[in-house]
Amino acid sequence: MKSVRAFGAFWYDFIVGDDWLVALGIIAALAATYGLSRTSVPAWWVVPVAVGVLLPISLKRAVRKG
Amino acid sequence: MNGGALFIAVFLACTVEAVEATTIVLAAGTARDWRSALTGVAAGLLTLAVIVAALGPALSVIPLRGLRLAVGGLLLVFGLQWIRKAVLRASGHKALHDEEKIFATELAAAQAASAQRRGAVSDWYAFTLSFKGVLLEGLEVAFIALTFGSNQHDIPLAAVAAISAVVVVAAAGFAVRAPLARVPENTLKFIVGIMLAAFGTFWGAEGAGTRWPGSDAALLVLIPAYALLAVTLVVVLRREHEASPPAPAHPITVGSAS
Repeated sequence: MKSVRAFGAFWYDFIVGDDWLVALGIIAALAATYGLSRTSVPAWWVVPVAVGVLLPISLKRAVRKG
Repeated sequence: MNGGALFIAVFLACTVEAVEATTIVLAAGTARDWRSALTGVAAGLLTLAVIVAALGPALSVIPLRGLRLAVGGLLLVFGLQWIRKAVLRASGHKALHDEEKIFATELAAAQAASAQRRGAVSDWYAFTLSFKGVLLEGLEVAFIALTFGSNQHDIPLAAVAAISAVVVVAAAGFAVRAPLARVPENTLKFIVGIMLAAFGTFWGAEGAGTRWPGSDAALLVLIPAYALLAVTLVVVLRREHEASPPAPAHPITVGSAS
């Protein structure tokens, strides 16, 4: 059980990293891109805008945590 | 993305990881036993080769759009993590990555640990320290090389770039027998983070079904745009850091015993 937990923790740390909000935000942005690409509205801007929003928020959170 | 850009992106990313792995192996070899440390390196590289051999063909079977969505998303998350760390370090909110300090810490820990023989390995501590260092840092190298290579249909070139970086860093590390403190690791991390995030954005959005205006040329806008964002954040956070009063060395608490 301990090794399974350690295995899970390793992959969480490897993929998600220090801030889960970034990973969740990127998934949401890609899902929104997919949804928007089904319509006639251009969707290429969604992910760059998400990066522009997520990065400052994540940094603020990191600074606040210290 | 042409072959040159693919090579540079993978080479730089792998250099950063190789510097970190080399520091750990040097500490294990210097403090403990070179033979066991190098056996750990060989075992780590062998495990990585098995993982790459299993994952490589699997990646080529996945439809390109699905691959770009998954890989683009992961690269973007990786890239943002790297930029985040680089910005925090450059703005003074986090200590700079100091290979000499890491080397000294690893060295002290290795010297304090007791020796234990297991099978053909005379020093199990040196073996596991090197093995873990190579495997954990190498996993990221393998992932970056495989994803960049498979997206550009040129895994061999990506592999050559990754192996070149590892060979150059390892040769330099063992030539000087000291941590590669002169490698501008924080700057490299900054550049690579921006490249990973830009390529991740490009491939992820394409995989999600959108088309970029100007096709590949969109990368020429994404890379400087992300660089500008990161530099701006460094400036803003550095100003905040300099403006904030330093924390007291011994915080005074009401009712404390001393």
